[in-house]
Amino acid sequence: MIEAKRLQIVVCIKQVPDAKSVRFDKETGTLVRESAAAVINPYDLHALEAGFGLREKLGGEITVISMGPPQAMDALREAVSMGADNAVLLSDRAFAGADTLATTRVLAAAINRLPGFDLVLCGKLTVDGDTAQVGPGLACRLNIPSITCVNHIDLEKEAMLLTRTYDDGQDVVKVKLPVLLTVNKSLNTPRLPSFKGKMRAKSLQIPVWGCAELGLEPAETGLAGSPTRVIKTEVVSFEAKKEMLTGTVQEQVNALLERLKAHGMA
Amino acid sequence: MAQVNYFLTEEQQMIVDVAKNITAEKIIPVRASLDEREEFPWDIVYELARSDLFGIYIPQQYGGLGMGCFEMCLALEQLAYGCIGVTTTFAASALGGYPILLFGTEAQKEKYLPSIASGKRLGAFGLTEVTAGSDAAGIQTTAIEDGDFWVINGSKQWITSGGDAEIYTIIAMTDPHKGARGASAFIIEKGDPGFTFGKKEKKLGLRASSTRELFFTECRIPKDRLLGKRGQGFILAMRTLDLARPGIGAIGVGLSQAALDEAGKHAKNRIQFGQPVITFQAVQHMLADMAIQTEAARALVFVVARTIDTGVKDISKLSAIAKVFPTDTAMKVTTDAVQVMGGFGYMKDYPVEKMMRDAKILQIYEGTNQIQRNVIGQALNKEYMN
Repeated sequence: MIEAKRLQIVVCIKQVPDAKSVRFDKETGTLVRESAAAVINPYDLHALEAGFGLREKLGGEITVISMGPPQAMDALREAVSMGADNAVLLSDRAFAGADTLATTRVLAAAINRLPGFDLVLCGKLTVDGDTAQVGPGLACRLNIPSITCVNHIDLEKEAMLLTRTYDDGQDVVKVKLPVLLTVNKSLNTPRLPSFKGKMRAKSLQIPVWGCAELGLEPAETGLAGSPTRVIKTEVVSFEAKKEMLTGTVQEQVNALLERLKAHGMA
Repeated sequence: MAQVNYFLTEEQQMIVDVAKNITAEKIIPVRASLDEREEFPWDIVYELARSDLFGIYIPQQYGGLGMGCFEMCLALEQLAYGCIGVTTTFAASALGGYPILLFGTEAQKEKYLPSIASGKRLGAFGLTEVTAGSDAAGIQTTAIEDGDFWVINGSKQWITSGGDAEIYTIIAMTDPHKGARGASAFIIEKGDPGFTFGKKEKKLGLRASSTRELFFTECRIPKDRLLGKRGQGFILAMRTLDLARPGIGAIGVGLSQAALDEAGKHAKNRIQFGQPVITFQAVQHMLADMAIQTEAARALVFVVARTIDTGVKDISKLSAIAKVFPTDTAMKVTTDAVQVMGGFGYMKDYPVEKMMRDAKILQIYEGTNQIQRNVIGQALNKEYMN
C-alpha cells in the first residue's frame, strides 16, 4: 500500500570526525577529536537523500535521529537544513562508550517512542566505527526485515524493489513495509542545505531524549551495556623507501625478484 | 589577517554560506569538464533550485526570499568563484524574471514568478539582434496585433540559456515608426507555436552556459503576454539591465578572487632560484595589484547594490560603474594570474586559463564596457549642466 499512505521515514545519522582533517595521537593510538571538524557520516547523507527522494514521490515525513553528545545537535540541524521535517537527539551521559549492541538498544527505544514508522534508513556503515552492524542490529530489535547495502530503489504498488550489487552480480529484493534499509553511496547524490532549510534549522526545537525519556536503565546503555571492549588501538605508519635499480632489463628484473623474495612477496 | 567587514545580517551570511557550499561541492569539481564538453549544468541548476537561491530577489508572496540586489550580488560572487558559465545561467534566469517583477500585471506575476523563484523553470532575456546590440534601436523583430493575439516575427541573437530556458522576456517593435518608443516587451514560453531555436553557439569561454538564436515565425501568443504597456519596451529593458548590472560586477569580483587565490597559492609553492616565487618582488607586486583591485571592486559593487536596494531612482550611472570596474578588473586579474603561474597557468591542468577565457565576456555582455562608459559619460554631462 505504498502509494496510499504518507510514509513515516526515520533516518538514523551519526556525527563523525571529518576524515579530511582528522589526526591521531601516536602515543595513545586514539583520535584527536579536536583536530577534526565534526560532520554527518558520509553514508548517512545518502540515507537522508533516499528519504528526501521517497518523500518527494510518495509524500510523508522524515524524522532524523542521532545518538551522541550534545554537539551532535549540529548534525541534526544540518539534516534539517537539508530538508528533514523533525529531529530528535538521543543524548545521556550514560550512553557514552556504547558499542553497536548498546547503540541499537537506544535507537530502537527512540524509534518505538515515535508515533509510528514505515521505513528506517541508515548508512551502510559509519566511517569511524566501520562495523556495518547498527543497521541490521536495529532491525532485529524493531522486529522488521533489513536489507543492507542498497544501491537502487524502485517502487511498486505494494512493495519496494531493492537492488544491491556485488562484484559478480546483483540481488533484487522485493520487500513490504515496514523495513530497514542500509544504503550505499552509489544510491544517489546527496543534496546540500537550502536557505529556507537553514532558517528552519535555526529555529526548530529539537528534543533531547535520555534514559528517562526512553525508559532505559543506564546499565543497559553506553559502556555498561556494551559487551565489546576496545583492548588496543594503534596508529600504523607507512615508511616509503626508494631505490633505483640499474643495469640491463634482465638484471633489473632479477634484482627486483630478489628483493620481493626477501620480503616474502614472491 | 583582518578581512573587510560588510556587516552582513545572519540571513545574508546564510546566502553566502549556501552559495559557497554549492560552489565547493558541486561546481568546482566539475567545472573543467563542463567547460571542455560545453555541457549545460543541469545537475547544478537542480541543486540551485533546491537551495532557494533562484528566488532571492522575488517577493515572498510569489515564493521567493524577498531580498534585493545586494543579496543577489552576495550569491553571484560566491558562485562565480567556481565557474562564471554556471553563474551566468543562474543570473540569466533573473534577467528573465526582473522585467516580470518590475512591469508585470498581478496575473503575470502569479503565473510566472513562482516557477522562476523555485528554479523549476529558467528565465531568459532577449534584446540583442543581428542588427541590434549596443544600438538597441536597431531592433527589427516585430509584433503585430491580430484579434486576441500578438504575432511575432524576427530573431534574437546570442541569447543566454536560449533553448534551455522556458520563460523568455523579449523586446519587439509594435510601432516601428515611433523608434525607441515603438518597442514593447512580451513574455514568450518555450513551446509557443512558431518559436524555435538556432544551433548552440561555440564560444571562447563561458562554455557551460548555453547561447542560441531565437526564431519567431508567425509566432502567435495571447494578448495577455504583453509585458508592461505598449511602447514601454525600451524603458523595461533599461530598467532591467540597470538592476542586473551590479550582479555582473559581482560575478567579476568572484572570478577575480578565484584567480588571485589560485595564483597566490601557486606562487607560494613554485620554487625558482631556490625560493618560492611569491618572495620575488616582481611577482609580489602583481599579486598586490590583483588584491587591491579585487578588494576595491567588491567594495564598489556591494555599496552600489545596497544603494539600489534603498529604492533610489536614476541608477543607470551607478549601476554602469558597478559593472565596468569589476569586469575590467576581472579581465586584468585573470590575465595576470596566468602570467604569475607562467607555463602552468597556460595549461588546462590548472583553472586559470579557463578563468581568463571566461573573463572576456564580462566586458561584453549586458552592455559592453564601452556602452557603460557612454552611459556614465552622458550622466556626467547632465550632472555638470546644473
